[in-house]
Amino acid sequence: MSFSVTAPSPRTKLISGLIVGLYALVTLAPLLWIIATGFKSGQDSIHYPPKVLFEPTMEGYVNLFTTRTRIPSDQPPKDTTSMTWYEEIVYKKGEIIAEPSKYGERFLNSTVIGFGSTALCMFLGTIAAYAFSRFKVPLKDDLLFFILSTRMMPPIAVAIPIFLMFKNLGLNDTYFGMIMLYTAVNLSLSVWLLKGFMDEIPVEYEEAALIDGYTRFEAFIKVVLPQAITGIASTAIFCLIFAWNEYAFAVLLTSGDAQTAPPFIPTIIGVSGKDWPAVAAGATLFLVPVMVFTVLLRKHLLRGITFGAIRK
Amino acid sequence: MANILVQKLTKSFGDNLALSEIDLAIPNGSFVVLLGPTGAGKTTLLRLISGLERPDSGRVFIDDTDCSGQTPAERNVAMVFQQYSLYPHMSVRENLAFPLKSRMLSVTESEINQKIETIAQTLRIDHKLSNKSTELSGGEMQRVAIGRALVRNPNIYLMDEPLSSLDAKLRSELRVELTRIQRDIGGTFLYVTHDQIEAMTMATHIGVLEKGKLIQFGTPKEVYDDPSSVSVAARLGQPRINILDASVFPGSPKKAKLIGFRPEQLELGGGGLDTFVKRVERLGDQTRLHLSLGELSIVTVTDPHTDLKAGDSLSIKPKDPFFFDSDGKRI
Repeated sequence: MSFSVTAPSPRTKLISGLIVGLYALVTLAPLLWIIATGFKSGQDSIHYPPKVLFEPTMEGYVNLFTTRTRIPSDQPPKDTTSMTWYEEIVYKKGEIIAEPSKYGERFLNSTVIGFGSTALCMFLGTIAAYAFSRFKVPLKDDLLFFILSTRMMPPIAVAIPIFLMFKNLGLNDTYFGMIMLYTAVNLSLSVWLLKGFMDEIPVEYEEAALIDGYTRFEAFIKVVLPQAITGIASTAIFCLIFAWNEYAFAVLLTSGDAQTAPPFIPTIIGVSGKDWPAVAAGATLFLVPVMVFTVLLRKHLLRGITFGAIRK
Repeated sequence: MANILVQKLTKSFGDNLALSEIDLAIPNGSFVVLLGPTGAGKTTLLRLISGLERPDSGRVFIDDTDCSGQTPAERNVAMVFQQYSLYPHMSVRENLAFPLKSRMLSVTESEINQKIETIAQTLRIDHKLSNKSTELSGGEMQRVAIGRALVRNPNIYLMDEPLSSLDAKLRSELRVELTRIQRDIGGTFLYVTHDQIEAMTMATHIGVLEKGKLIQFGTPKEVYDDPSSVSVAARLGQPRINILDASVFPGSPKKAKLIGFRPEQLELGGGGLDTFVKRVERLGDQTRLHLSLGELSIVTVTDPHTDLKAGDSLSIKPKDPFFFDSDGKRI
């Protein structure tokens, strides 16, 4: 075995592995519980003591996507063989499907607003960060501090003025309003993060491109952006996670057409009060897009999180 | 290819005067080498001509066109940066093709490939074309940077110590190669170096910069044989010129404060002042003698097969030395 001063010893590896494993268990347990609850029946979900082993059912997912009514008592029994699998599940509980629920629409709203505001935020953030990083901006430091200062209080502290503003401008419950709001909240973070990444890209590359016959804008597109991709990807993840999960403003400012999934999920009510399996199923599905997005950008994210620690 | 004319160019960074009123005419097809100590303003002059930097005052003309307001792209200049500046997200081939793909030029794909192959062979990087530019050694990066300038046909090639990080063998090969390319295409070069051999062998003209001023401009022979000041004289020559107080040797002119003589400007053993041989360095093709004259040290060269050894005494007499006044100006 080779001896190395810097490589961790097996004992160090074991201890750090245990610590990481324990931490992962603590943080992932609620997540696993939600995923499991999504596959429980209504009784199992509120069973005490809680059941770890249970018979999985798709009931929660069916309830999530449908609204149902009780079968009228005068109706003759139906043949279950001609039913689809989800009609059968509902029928066995003495209900019939009335119509699809609003979950699909709300999920789509979340997607449009979350990804829309992230895209807008990245576009504005990238060019603003580039300008702050490269050009002489009058009062640059003051402006940067001012931009950061917008994050010094929780955004919800200005909920009432924003509510009134949205009401007067007719932005309540619109895609446009929500996209603008999340972009405004996220922009300060993205300008700051991206400026750090832009500062790391040596200006010599752009100078070389200018000499090679390109305009400043072309140099930005062809030389700066490809190198800033790490920073853009990791910043985009931060922005998306905020816009995707945001609850307070969504409750306050959306109720119908533009309502996102977070305020909708807790309102899912079954025949006997809160339908926990359906709520858990809604939460589980809601995690998927951010997870996919994060996994796709994972290789960039790792460097994004540790940036600053390795700056020359 | 073009004539470049620099007129009263001045640039300062904060309180730091980098260049002051530089006048310089670079004729079409010439190879001008800029010499000078670190911080003399060599790189600044290159950047001002390229258009990367705006002067405080003064103008740059390319073929009689005042290009003060023009971007680097409009000036059509090529530049090799001291720190290579290869695009890290591109392969070597893409790096070389990048200038040719600009909208300023319209080069066809097959022409681009052909040019790249030719340049890559000349610079001996043809086997590295598909490598990422970050997977190269320092010398290879520098050659790609040179190649990126040479694929084009610009008004002027600006090179900031392009051979500095190559090993001695490659350096001398590329020195010859660059000179050949320059003569072949008749290109105009402005070239910064610290290397005396590069300056003497490649240049058609040498400009010596010091503290932001152009203190001498002429052919290599003129600058070597007829330096205008102490600092110019000290810039060229290996081993360096001996600079001593003028009073050491009899017969100096009245105004002279300093006397300067290159190692070869010394008559050995023919009378004059007596010195001791301190050290003998045999380099093969020449032998250097370190002499001591009282407290003073003098370096000279002599016959490679000399019998002299440390401790011997030797009389010396400068022949046609340079004299300088108290400001360091040549008399």
